[in-house]
Amino acid sequence: MRPFTFEQAANLAQASHLGRRTGQGQTDAGAQFLAGGTTLIDLMKLDVLRPKQLVDLNSLRSSAHPVEIGPKGLRLNAFATMSEIADDASVASQYPVIAQSLQLAASPQIRNMATLGGNVLQKTRCPYYRDPSWKACNKRIPGSGCAAIDGFNRNHAVLGIDQSCIAQYPGDFGVALVALDAELELNGPLGLRRMPFASLHAPAAGRPHIETTLLAGEIIAAFHIPAAAWTSRSLYLKVRDRASYEFAISSAAVALEMDGDAVRNVRIGLGGMAYRPWRAKDAETLLIGGPLTEVNAMAAATAALAGAQTHGYNDHKPELARRTLVRALLEAKILPNSSVGV
Amino acid sequence: MPVSLVVNGETHQLHLDARVTVLDALREHLHLTGSKKGCDQGQCGACTVLIEGRRVLSCLTLALTAQGKEIQTIEGLAVNGVLHPMQQAFIDQDGFQCGYCTPGQIMSAIACLREGHARSDAEIREYMSGNLCRCAAYPKIVAAIKQARTKMSSA
Repeated sequence: MRPFTFEQAANLAQASHLGRRTGQGQTDAGAQFLAGGTTLIDLMKLDVLRPKQLVDLNSLRSSAHPVEIGPKGLRLNAFATMSEIADDASVASQYPVIAQSLQLAASPQIRNMATLGGNVLQKTRCPYYRDPSWKACNKRIPGSGCAAIDGFNRNHAVLGIDQSCIAQYPGDFGVALVALDAELELNGPLGLRRMPFASLHAPAAGRPHIETTLLAGEIIAAFHIPAAAWTSRSLYLKVRDRASYEFAISSAAVALEMDGDAVRNVRIGLGGMAYRPWRAKDAETLLIGGPLTEVNAMAAATAALAGAQTHGYNDHKPELARRTLVRALLEAKILPNSSVGV
Repeated sequence: MPVSLVVNGETHQLHLDARVTVLDALREHLHLTGSKKGCDQGQCGACTVLIEGRRVLSCLTLALTAQGKEIQTIEGLAVNGVLHPMQQAFIDQDGFQCGYCTPGQIMSAIACLREGHARSDAEIREYMSGNLCRCAAYPKIVAAIKQARTKMSSA
């Protein structure tokens, strides 16, 4: 690990000021914010991230309640740990897809360390990104190429990719957030502002080294998930190479509101499949108003994967995603219709 | 940088480079070599310790961020030479072969029980998934946790 200076921030304003060289997720950013450290310290040991300055945010952790639930929705403190939210009974009953996406991620130790804000900003697990001995990686070294396109790309993304990068967004929580129209509460050089979570991750767009739309020094302070009739009948289905402590090879976040046998509303996020947390709006549109049969679910899943591009070793992924989504929709349909008010 | 670490109830004043992890501080500076360095990348759980009572990976925790917090390691479990019920259970149930992952397994297992995540075999497996065992002693690790669950709840 390369040397760095270490500074502790006493409050959000000071942290933003100290962290004004954090950039927008670039691998060569001069400064990095340190929260749980489960991605950052790992990638610093691998010599992928080489910050000259760490700004420690850990003193900000205990400053507010982790969970607030009210008539307008759910507010999650971005400094809460994954385990705090995964174990919260009210989140589990009123927003199960949120609790499940956290409970099924990582390991108990990592969930005790990692914060929600850090979780959504975790870096891709692309092996060509994580190993600097590979010279071609547009995410690490802009303009250097992509070793994954002709490489071992079994678990690389098939949606939202371009010729510059086929890295997969590895997270689960972000998939649930994008499905439920979450908003971010940000604190930084512009003061407090709100932004749709769906806008947080920048598209590849030929410049995959720019990972977020955050301003330099900007910090995620909280997540807002609006209350809606479909949040209580929701689930997160995660398919993995091993039963636990593994990233998704395919996942689906589904929230459903039924009107008798017909779908009144549905929200769908896909994980393990895309460059960014992926919202499947075409599939939602197809499902709304009709009965939720296996045939209709497969038609919606087919629409969700219509734009998929594969690269050889990951040719199986679109079919895996379709089946994952069909199963998630049919499982959500038979969930008891929770009468818990929000 | 000056760092004050509280390990198993004892306060240590150290001067550490900012890059030093809790794991390296324990092993290289305090010579507490019970916590093991397996992958050093947060993937195996051999370095698991309790900080403020919660199980974490000491290899991904900078010592500077653990300043003043209570750190518990495998060395602090036995009292006056009497093993902790979880240590005894791993011996009784033959819960290890080579033993390298065992300190991490035991620290994680104690936390797993305290969290209330050891109510069934399936739950134990899920909530112990952050601790890998290359010898695959998993069935006996589950048996050890169930033995300790009985002892610790009746204690």
